[in-house]
Amino acid sequence: MTALAHSALPSQVGLLAGRAIRRILRQPAQLVFPILFPLILLAVNTSGLDAATQLPGFPTASYLDFALAIPFMQGALFAALNGGQDLARDIQGGFLDRLAMTPMSGAALLAGQLGGALFMGVISAVLYLAVGVAFGAGIATGVAGALVLLALAIVISFAFACFGTFVALRAGTGEAVQGFFPLFFVLLFLSSAFFPRDLIEQDWFAIVATYNPVSYMVEGIRSLVIAGWDGQALAQAFGISAIAIVAFLALSARALRTRLVRT
Amino acid sequence: MSALGRTRSVALAVAWRSIHNAFTNPAFLLPSVLFPLFFFIAFAGGLSGVQNAPDFDYKSGYTSFQFAFVCIQAAAFGGVFTGFAIAADFEFGFARRLMLAAPNRGGIIIGYMISAMVRAIFVLGVVFLAGLVAGMRIDGSLGDLAALLVLALCVSAVATLWSAGIAMRLRTMQAGPAMQMPVFILLFLAPVYVPLNLVAGWVHDVARFNPATAFLEAARGFVSGEPTKVGITAICLVAMFALAALWARGGLRSAEQAG
Repeated sequence: MTALAHSALPSQVGLLAGRAIRRILRQPAQLVFPILFPLILLAVNTSGLDAATQLPGFPTASYLDFALAIPFMQGALFAALNGGQDLARDIQGGFLDRLAMTPMSGAALLAGQLGGALFMGVISAVLYLAVGVAFGAGIATGVAGALVLLALAIVISFAFACFGTFVALRAGTGEAVQGFFPLFFVLLFLSSAFFPRDLIEQDWFAIVATYNPVSYMVEGIRSLVIAGWDGQALAQAFGISAIAIVAFLALSARALRTRLVRT
Repeated sequence: MSALGRTRSVALAVAWRSIHNAFTNPAFLLPSVLFPLFFFIAFAGGLSGVQNAPDFDYKSGYTSFQFAFVCIQAAAFGGVFTGFAIAADFEFGFARRLMLAAPNRGGIIIGYMISAMVRAIFVLGVVFLAGLVAGMRIDGSLGDLAALLVLALCVSAVATLWSAGIAMRLRTMQAGPAMQMPVFILLFLAPVYVPLNLVAGWVHDVARFNPATAFLEAARGFVSGEPTKVGITAICLVAMFALAALWARGGLRSAEQAG
């Protein structure tokens, strides 16, 4: 703690991010399940919904290409959930209160905490892309597109992590963070993740998917895989993620100020 | 009191407590209602376009197609959620006191199974109403619907016995994923979104031998009024029930030995 107290902001961030990453690595269930589960679902959905590619107007002949965006979103959701729960555990266990008695900066705590989620985001995004390509997914935008895809996936993962951090700081309990998990899934399932928006038959679902920001995040990733360079889709995906990051970082900083009662 | 009478009194007491807990505490009941309802809305609403694929030949429409899946899923996950409740009872010490007090411990498992079935009936009722509101077509007769209910209750019983076996062996709520994941994988390696003939790749090969495929096809047959694969479904259910009952009894023995 002494080292932390006397160090500058970058080393404070490094210490706390290192702690967050070590905590993930020490709990294999936290690393394996969030990575494996989306891949299992991808495999199942690819076979189960392959018939959809025969529909007139379906944007690609391979459902694997179409669905490859989904694991990136699910991975981001799991990273947010796990990161939020770790932070909630720190709050419940008194770690945050002990940090509050040091000159540690609030920004360092936020950045350190998010460093763990970012680590998860990078690892899972690289794995999803590698598995997808290994099983025959083609990236329409080539190597450059794959790099942009990774960048977008990491930005999206970071946006969700900011949300998870905000919930943890605001509520302060792991149960509350866990309680938001269904909401994350509702957002994903009521989006255009599994079916193209223009082929959704139910009007109410198409409207919900159109107003659901997750649709645009998915479509941004998907555009790189199946459509080629689509500036609008990318701008929307990066833009929505950036807005989410700024909004939830600001809210998190405010929640942290309330929670960190300095003595 | 005879052995049968003792078993019945234990089973009814455990069932009453579980049902009472479930229906007086929304936190217990809501997930088992909301998850199937949500899957129903998401699949029937978002994926209905897939019914226009060539060779998609289910006559009652995609909402009914998904209703049958959600019935089986709700029944199976109702059993898994009951497993969570058993694990919680062990974690908080109630189950140990129950085992000390019960003159026939087999009745404990039967009680939990009855409670899972009652919860399944409630959840299926909610999903059925939601389906009717969404314009679901039911071409099956009342007899077909009764057969669908029996099928769902049997699935619920098997899932409860499976989950009880794990809960009684591990006796911690952290065993939740171990109960949930195999059921989830079994269900999703069946023709969930389209009929079996349209499922592609390795999932098609697995689904052909997956008992959940028979359950889904039988359920869809009951909804459309064209019962199919009823015999193989019954055989699979009897076999799975027998295996799951042995598994649960082993779990009970393990819990007894742990004290």
